[in-house]
Amino acid sequence: MTDPRHDRAPGDISTLAEAERGMPSDALVYTSGFVLAVILTATSFWVANTSLIWGPGIPLGLAVLAIAQMGIHLVFFLHITTGPDNTNNVLALAYGILIVLLVVAGSLWIMADLHDNMTPPAEFMNLHMQH
Amino acid sequence: MNIAVIIDDVQHEALPSASVAGPAPKRIVVAYGFWVFLLSDIVMFSALFAAYAVLVNATAGGPTGAQLFNQVSVAIETACLLASSYTCGLMSLAITSRRYVGTYWGAAVTFALGAAFLALELREFAGMIAIGATPQRSAFLSAFFTLVGCHGLHVTAGLIWLIVMMAQVAIKGFRPTVLRRLLCFALFWHALDIIWVWLFTVVYLMGVLP
Repeated sequence: MTDPRHDRAPGDISTLAEAERGMPSDALVYTSGFVLAVILTATSFWVANTSLIWGPGIPLGLAVLAIAQMGIHLVFFLHITTGPDNTNNVLALAYGILIVLLVVAGSLWIMADLHDNMTPPAEFMNLHMQH
Repeated sequence: MNIAVIIDDVQHEALPSASVAGPAPKRIVVAYGFWVFLLSDIVMFSALFAAYAVLVNATAGGPTGAQLFNQVSVAIETACLLASSYTCGLMSLAITSRRYVGTYWGAAVTFALGAAFLALELREFAGMIAIGATPQRSAFLSAFFTLVGCHGLHVTAGLIWLIVMMAQVAIKGFRPTVLRRLLCFALFWHALDIIWVWLFTVVYLMGVLP
């Protein structure tokens, strides 16, 4: 399916050579990814509803679970690996993640800053219905 | 001596440079281009996520997320989309081994689960609009409908694409152009699931925290 002389296409499943070397079968890859994703999703819903975890730590826990599940999807469903034939795909992904982080963190930072600096004093707040 | 052996091994593992190997096959070029498109699509979603995160408290005295979101419905939607991603993977396996029946079954289950997800989401939207939580009610609701609606539009496009692909498999068979499009569809469908992971985490689960 894939030519060993070239990079591997994103989403392409393992090559014949890998199957001969005793790599896990493709169905097993998808199934283990599915099981792991189900466990992580169930944990996310449990974390959001439990009182066992310190309240302010819950958003952080949810973010960590989401990052983990994103990793599971990338590795088991999209077949992004660290192999030498995947370098281009990983580099494009890294650049995409960089832009996403810049957009999200930058927007939140500058908007929170604007909000703090431009919120009128308390006596004018009743004129503004925003909050 | 040992180091020399290790370096030798590494050189055997490394890919030849592009000038030695020649141009990559079309399948790899197409899939890589589609991968770059998907990443740019994810960048667009990140802007919508940022807008939502900035506006989440701007409810203008209207309903908040905690009052509107139903976790049971979200859990079922998540299960549908995750299972459809899995069946899409099984469909890819059937395509790799050129099994028509397996491909049609995988596509049918993927389509049914995706359509169930979409029906649940539309029912949720209709319920919110019925109680006055429309996009024009507050900045929070504008951002919510834009973000979740944009994902819903992507799922709709994916379902239409899947129907078109099954028609192409039925009429044209597994020829190289059809196989490349099927690979792109699988990438698209799995990427949608990654976006949904962030959607249900940021919007629905963080939205109902006290």
